[in-house]
Amino acid sequence: MEQLLQQFASGLANGAIYACVALALVMIYVSTDHINFAQGEMAMFSAYISWQLMDWGMSFWIAFVLTVLISFAMGVLIERLILRPLHNAPVLSIIVVFIGLLAIFNSMAGAFWSYLIKEFPSPFPKADFGIAGVIGPHQLGVVLVTLIVLGLLFVFFRYTPLGLAMRAAAQNPQMARLVGVRVDWMLALGWGLAASVGAVAGIMVAHIVYLEPNMMGGILLYAFASALVGGISNPAGAVAGGFIVGILENMVAYAGNQIEKATGVYIIGNGEKLTVALIIVIFVLTVRPAGLFGRVVVKRV
Amino acid sequence: MAASSKKWVLGVIAIAVLLPLLQPVFPDVVSNYRLFLVSTMIIAAIAVLGLNLLTGFNGQFSLGHGAFYAVGAYTAAILMDKLNVPYWATIPAAAIVCFIVGYLFGLPALKLEGHYLALATFALALAVPQILKYKWLEGLTGGVQGIVLMKPEVPFGLPLNEDQWLYYFCLLVMIVLFWGAANMLNSRSGRAMMAIRDQYMAADTMGIDTALYKTVTFGISAAYTGIAGALSASAIAFVAPDSFGIFLSIKFLIGLVVGGIGSLLGSVLGGIFYVLVDNSAQSLTQFIRNDLGLPFDLSAYTVFGVLLIAIIYLMPMGIAGGLYMAYRKLRGARA
Repeated sequence: MEQLLQQFASGLANGAIYACVALALVMIYVSTDHINFAQGEMAMFSAYISWQLMDWGMSFWIAFVLTVLISFAMGVLIERLILRPLHNAPVLSIIVVFIGLLAIFNSMAGAFWSYLIKEFPSPFPKADFGIAGVIGPHQLGVVLVTLIVLGLLFVFFRYTPLGLAMRAAAQNPQMARLVGVRVDWMLALGWGLAASVGAVAGIMVAHIVYLEPNMMGGILLYAFASALVGGISNPAGAVAGGFIVGILENMVAYAGNQIEKATGVYIIGNGEKLTVALIIVIFVLTVRPAGLFGRVVVKRV
Repeated sequence: MAASSKKWVLGVIAIAVLLPLLQPVFPDVVSNYRLFLVSTMIIAAIAVLGLNLLTGFNGQFSLGHGAFYAVGAYTAAILMDKLNVPYWATIPAAAIVCFIVGYLFGLPALKLEGHYLALATFALALAVPQILKYKWLEGLTGGVQGIVLMKPEVPFGLPLNEDQWLYYFCLLVMIVLFWGAANMLNSRSGRAMMAIRDQYMAADTMGIDTALYKTVTFGISAAYTGIAGALSASAIAFVAPDSFGIFLSIKFLIGLVVGGIGSLLGSVLGGIFYVLVDNSAQSLTQFIRNDLGLPFDLSAYTVFGVLLIAIIYLMPMGIAGGLYMAYRKLRGARA
C-alpha cells in the first residue's frame, strides 16, 4: 500500500512537469493553431541556461528568475523573427520550421555544453521537507512550484487587462483588432509566456532526469499526451491532463510490476513508458480528439 | 514524361552504371568508401521517395517515417539472422511487412489532419527505439545490442568487390522503385492520389474512394521506406534500436524539404544531400575547431535545422523546384 502511495505521489510530481509543458503547448495552440514540436527542446535549452548561470556563481533562485526572463525574450523573438513572416504559410511549412527549431536547439545545446550528462541541483532542502516514505522533497517542491505557476497564470489571464487582451486576441483576432488590441504582439507575448512556463518545467525536471540535450524527448511526448487528454484547446484541461497522465504512467508501471511479481510474466514496465504515451496519443486522437475537457469543433463543409 | 527528361534520366543511369568501372582508372577519386557512400545515398533517396509519395503526392504528413525504416531494417535483419534468408529475398519481405504496418497505421491516420497527423507520427518516431527494446521481442531483435549481420556476397563469381556489388544492387533496387513510382503517379491511381492532396472534398465527390487511397498510399509509402531500411541493414550489416530515433525521421524530412516536396527528382537530390551533410559535419567541426579556433562542435543537425527554416523561406519548392523555376526564368528571358 505504501508503495502504491509512493507511486501515486511520484506520478503527481511527474504530472506537474507534464502539466507545465502541456500548458505551454496549449498556450501556443490556442493563440496560433500550431503545435510547437520544439517546445521540449526550448525547455531543455532554458534548463542549460540556468545551469550556466549557476555555474557562473549565481544562486538557484536568481538563476531561475533570470532564466525565465531570458526564455520569455527567446519566445518573443522566435515568434517575431521566424514565425511572423509565415503567418499564412501552409501547415507543412510551419511543421517543418518547428522541426528545424527542434534540431537547432538540440544540436546547439550539444555544441555549447557537450552531450555529457550533467547533474542539476535541487533547490529544496533535504531535511524537513516532503513526507517521509511518500513524497521526496524535490517532488513535493515540483508540485508546489507548478501550482504557483498555474495560479499566477490564472490570475494574469483572469484579472489583468493584458491577460484579457491576450484572450481576446486568441479567441477572435479580427474583433480584438477592431477594439484596439495589438494582436501581433499578443501572439508574441503568448509565445514568450509559453517559453517561460516551459523553462520552469525544464529547470524542475532537470534534477530528476539529469541535464542532457535529449532529456526532453520523452517528456514532450507525455506533454502531448497530457494536452490531448485534457483537450488541446483548454488550458485548465491540459493541467488536469498532465496530472492524469502522470499518475496513469506510474500506475501502469506499478501494475506491470505487480503482475510480474504475482505471475512471473513481464508485460509492461518502466521500459515501455514512451509506448504507453504513444498509445494514449493515438487512442485519444482517434476516439475523442477533443479530449476530456476540450470543445468539439464543428466544421462547416 | 517528356522525351527530353527521359533522355536525361537514361544518361544519369548510364553514368551511375559506369561509375564503379572507373575505379581502376581513378583509384583515388572512386574509392571503395566513396562507392559505399553513394550506396547510402541511394538508400536515402529511396527512403525520401517513400516519404514523398505520402507527403508530396498525397498530402499526408509524417514525422515518423523512421519507424517504417526500422521495421524494414529489422524485418531484413531478423530474416537473415534467424532464418538464413538471402539478403535479396529480404527486400520483398520487408516491403510486404512494411506495407501491412503502414496500411494499419494509415487507418487511424484517416481521421487525423495536418498538425494532428504530424503529432501522431512524431509520437511514433519517439517511441520506436523503446518498442524495439521490448522484452518479449528481445529474442528476435537482440534488445539493446541489436543484430550483427554479414555483408552481401558477390554472386555468380562476378569480378566485383563487396562495395561494388552493394552499389549495383542498391542501384538496381532504386531504378525499379523509381520506375514503379513514376508509372504509378502517371496512372489513374496516381492522379487520384494527387487529387486527394489538392482538393480533398472535390475528389471525394468525384467518386474517388478517398479512405482506400489514403490508407493504401500510406502502405506503399511505408513499403518504400521499409525497403530502404532493409537495404541499409544489408549495407551496414548491423541494426540497433537507438539508430532509429526521432532524428532519423528528421533526416527524411530534410531530404524531402531540401529536395522538393512532390518531386521524384527531388527525392534523389534530397537523399544525396542529407547523406553529404551528415558525412561532412565532422570535417566541418574539425575545420571550425582547428582552423578558426572556436570551441564549438558543429553538428549536422545545426545545418539541417537552419536549412529547414531557410528553405521554407527561400525555396518552398526545394532544390529541384528552385532549379526548375530558375531554368524556366532563363528560358523565358531568352524567348
